[in-house]
Amino acid sequence: MAILRTEDLTRAFGPILAVDRLTLSVEPGEVFGLLGPNGAGKTTTIKMLTTLLPPTSGRAEVAGFDVRRQQARVRRRIGYVPQLISADGALTGYENLLIFAKLYDIPRAEREGRIRRALGFMQLEDSADRLVKQYSGGMIRRLEIAQSILHRPEILFMDEPTVGLDPGARRIVWEHIRALRDNAGTTIFLTTHLMEEADELCGRVAIMHLGRIVALGSPSELKQAVGGEAVTLDDVFIHFTGNALDSGGTFRETSRERRTARRLG
Amino acid sequence: MRHLASDAQPGGWADPPAAPGRGLWKAGAAVVGFIRKTLVIAELEFRKLRHDPTELLTRAIQPALWLIVFGKVFSRVRAIPTGDLPYIDFLSPGILAQSVLFIAIFYGIAIIWERDLGLVHKFLVSPTPRAALVLGKALSAGLRALTQALIVYLLALLLGVRVSWRPADLFGVIAAVVLGAVCFSTFSLIIACIVKTRERFMGIGQVLTMPLFFASNAIYPVGVMPGWLQVIARANPLSYEVDALRSLMLEGGVSSFGLALDFGILLGVAAVLVVVGAWFYPKVAI
Repeated sequence: MAILRTEDLTRAFGPILAVDRLTLSVEPGEVFGLLGPNGAGKTTTIKMLTTLLPPTSGRAEVAGFDVRRQQARVRRRIGYVPQLISADGALTGYENLLIFAKLYDIPRAEREGRIRRALGFMQLEDSADRLVKQYSGGMIRRLEIAQSILHRPEILFMDEPTVGLDPGARRIVWEHIRALRDNAGTTIFLTTHLMEEADELCGRVAIMHLGRIVALGSPSELKQAVGGEAVTLDDVFIHFTGNALDSGGTFRETSRERRTARRLG
Repeated sequence: MRHLASDAQPGGWADPPAAPGRGLWKAGAAVVGFIRKTLVIAELEFRKLRHDPTELLTRAIQPALWLIVFGKVFSRVRAIPTGDLPYIDFLSPGILAQSVLFIAIFYGIAIIWERDLGLVHKFLVSPTPRAALVLGKALSAGLRALTQALIVYLLALLLGVRVSWRPADLFGVIAAVVLGAVCFSTFSLIIACIVKTRERFMGIGQVLTMPLFFASNAIYPVGVMPGWLQVIARANPLSYEVDALRSLMLEGGVSSFGLALDFGILLGVAAVLVVVGAWFYPKVAI
């Protein structure tokens, strides 16, 4: 039984098809990566799957419920780490977790224990009572992941989980994502434009280009399909998307991303 | 790194326990849930305010200027007919309403800030009713507005305004201030959801605030206005807030529209705006 299934999922913004008849399915316990340049439609896809954006046409089922007609049920069963900063800098790490524990109806008796465990899991116990605006970028990311798993979601959506992080912080976040999959068996659906990230984390990847999936398989399968021994996922990516450099990313997106990167840095 | 399997396991979620019985019980549980979520959002904003209350102090400057400078000068001129009330007494509730308006009307800026980060998205993905998100934020604007009320009361005391200390009157002032803040902050949220950028919002915020303020009975009675302006002032919710405050805050204050109408209109406007805001709020994430 797939935990996530889409059928011809489409989203148009005016005449532009941001996501064009996307069909895919993800099995429980999988780490699935949606790979593509900026503007490929990755974030739009995640927004539809997390009920933030209604699809123009097509269907999507997450954890057994329809993202359009059963939004409330979908929301209880998923976790979401947005691309941009989503922890509140004006609150402490502990308060950020407390508010979300309450919003997700975690019973009062369990609240403290779950918060403490999430803090421990993400190695943030020592900074729990500091304001998040004093955190480093890697700590903010870990706190956001802690927030998103408090209610023990069946599937966790992460939009560019390590964007703007330096290589050291990136490795630490990767270790935590792997631990989440290995120890908790949480299904993870992530987007990235970093080949290395997909190679490190994902069991399967779909390469997305101009709203469509142009290749789907495990990183090694994809490398084999392109042929040759020395092939990297980078080569696969360029093979399927052509020259990705000139595609996608509006001025607004870029300036937002840089601002985020600066705050995270 | 030490990880326990129990730290985050799948299937640990649960739908909230179904209420026993049907229909009425279910509706009751939904209402309780809604109120609880609203209070959680308000709590979030309260915690933020507690960490950094400096904003509230800088906000005290404007009402002080209006009461001490404008109020004192116009008291000497005696240009505005206020019946038996000294002008400074007449003005104080108006300036209280004005501080509430100013603190609430720029609330949308925070919404746009949260949108430019990813905060709005995470709230919208959580199983929280949209109206609870909007009303919770509006109530926190009410809380900020109450700190302004404290400042205006202090100023009024210093200026010798005859303030009513009857508990029922004070309670009424609190209700009027919170309702006014709910109305104008939700209005601001709706505009923020439509314009979506800080630059456009600031422009529109400036354009709206002054007309709302001047086309009301905050600093002069409706009676002295030209006919067309009286019509606008009558349609302006701020006028009803000021009217309620004028009768409740002052010793011997009288309401010209009647308190029932004042509160009825404020409640009605607040309810409509929260419903409209709940419809617009998810659009801000797109």
